[in-house]
Amino acid sequence: MSSFNILIGENISAEVLEGFATGNITMPVVTLFAIVIGAIFVNNVVLSQFLGICPFLGVSSKVETSLGMGMAVTFVMALSSVVTWCLQTYVLNPFGIGYMQTIAFILVIAALVQMVEIVLKKVSPALYQALGIFLPLITTNCAVLGVAIITIQKEFDLLTGVIYSVSTALGFALALVLFAGIRERLDVEDVPQGMRGVPIALITAGLLAMAFMGFANLL
Amino acid sequence: MSKLQIISKGILKENPTFALVLGMCPTLGVTSSAINGMGMGVATMVVLIMSNISISLIKSLVPDKVRIPAFIVVIASFVTIIEMLMQAYVPSLYASLGVFIPLIVVNCVILGRAEAFASKNNVIDSALDGIGIGLGFTLALTAVGAVREVLGMGSIFGFTFADGVMPLLFILAPGGFIVLGYLMVLFNKIAKR
Repeated sequence: MSSFNILIGENISAEVLEGFATGNITMPVVTLFAIVIGAIFVNNVVLSQFLGICPFLGVSSKVETSLGMGMAVTFVMALSSVVTWCLQTYVLNPFGIGYMQTIAFILVIAALVQMVEIVLKKVSPALYQALGIFLPLITTNCAVLGVAIITIQKEFDLLTGVIYSVSTALGFALALVLFAGIRERLDVEDVPQGMRGVPIALITAGLLAMAFMGFANLL
Repeated sequence: MSKLQIISKGILKENPTFALVLGMCPTLGVTSSAINGMGMGVATMVVLIMSNISISLIKSLVPDKVRIPAFIVVIASFVTIIEMLMQAYVPSLYASLGVFIPLIVVNCVILGRAEAFASKNNVIDSALDGIGIGLGFTLALTAVGAVREVLGMGSIFGFTFADGVMPLLFILAPGGFIVLGYLMVLFNKIAKR
């Protein structure tokens, strides 16, 4: 198994090297890189696409918990993008029932989250301790369903879809941790009475989104 | 609680956007213009009313342990119907709302009302609750959309009055957060009185 992996790895890197030399194969590598940078910084899922605002506002009071949430979302998003892509390509499309997408995806994601919770509890109690409390929240995280649908809409292949989902989730984690860091400081500040709580959090998020707009011309 | 109170509480006292802070993703994501906000609000309201009615009808048939998945399937079915209707009759609105139409499924307002109200009350009260909360959501989204459109594009409901002089920032992502934040402060001030 390991030698097989190495073989594949060598093949790819050799191909890429040759591609770089001849200028033939740079395109896919550059495209993948653009997808990663685009999903993390330029089109950040929270700060520019407005997906996953609920956990962004709800689970961002401490840096530690927001890290846990970010990890849990990354894990579930990677898994769900594989499952929903296969479901769309091998079940929904061949049978011509694409209109069932919304129902099928939300059920699959809900079942998947439940399953991940059960498996983690048995296999790795330590990881379950760290991520467990966040998992039930993820079912209603619209970023997971949103990214699954966007992956299908953009007609990515499986690999690109997974890379896109993982980078989007990393962007989510980045925004969440940054925001939690700011909110920890905000707690000790003297905020005007009417602004306390959600309003000041929203305005802070607006300023953070403005900072992320600086990445707009990166690609 | 009187029938009128069930409707009116959704607009002010339990306004889903400003008071309960639920359904933030569509509130920020589609409100770049008043029309978009209103379209999203009406679509959500229709799904909410239909799902409230069906859930209060089936509440005694569904075992307690599987009620959440059952509710989600009901909601997802109505969302699919709305999605197809919008694609057929208002294609331009459908295109501008994009991925947020299927995402009505995971709007916590709808599942929240199913769980907190429709699964405990009769059909007529549940329908009225759907109308009230739906109206509150629609008004909030239209308000946010209108403010962003006026500040960012210098137009309202598509009628331009100040072309090209307004800061585009309010149409973009940061403006959404900031406008919603200040509108929430204003709402709290009014509601407290």
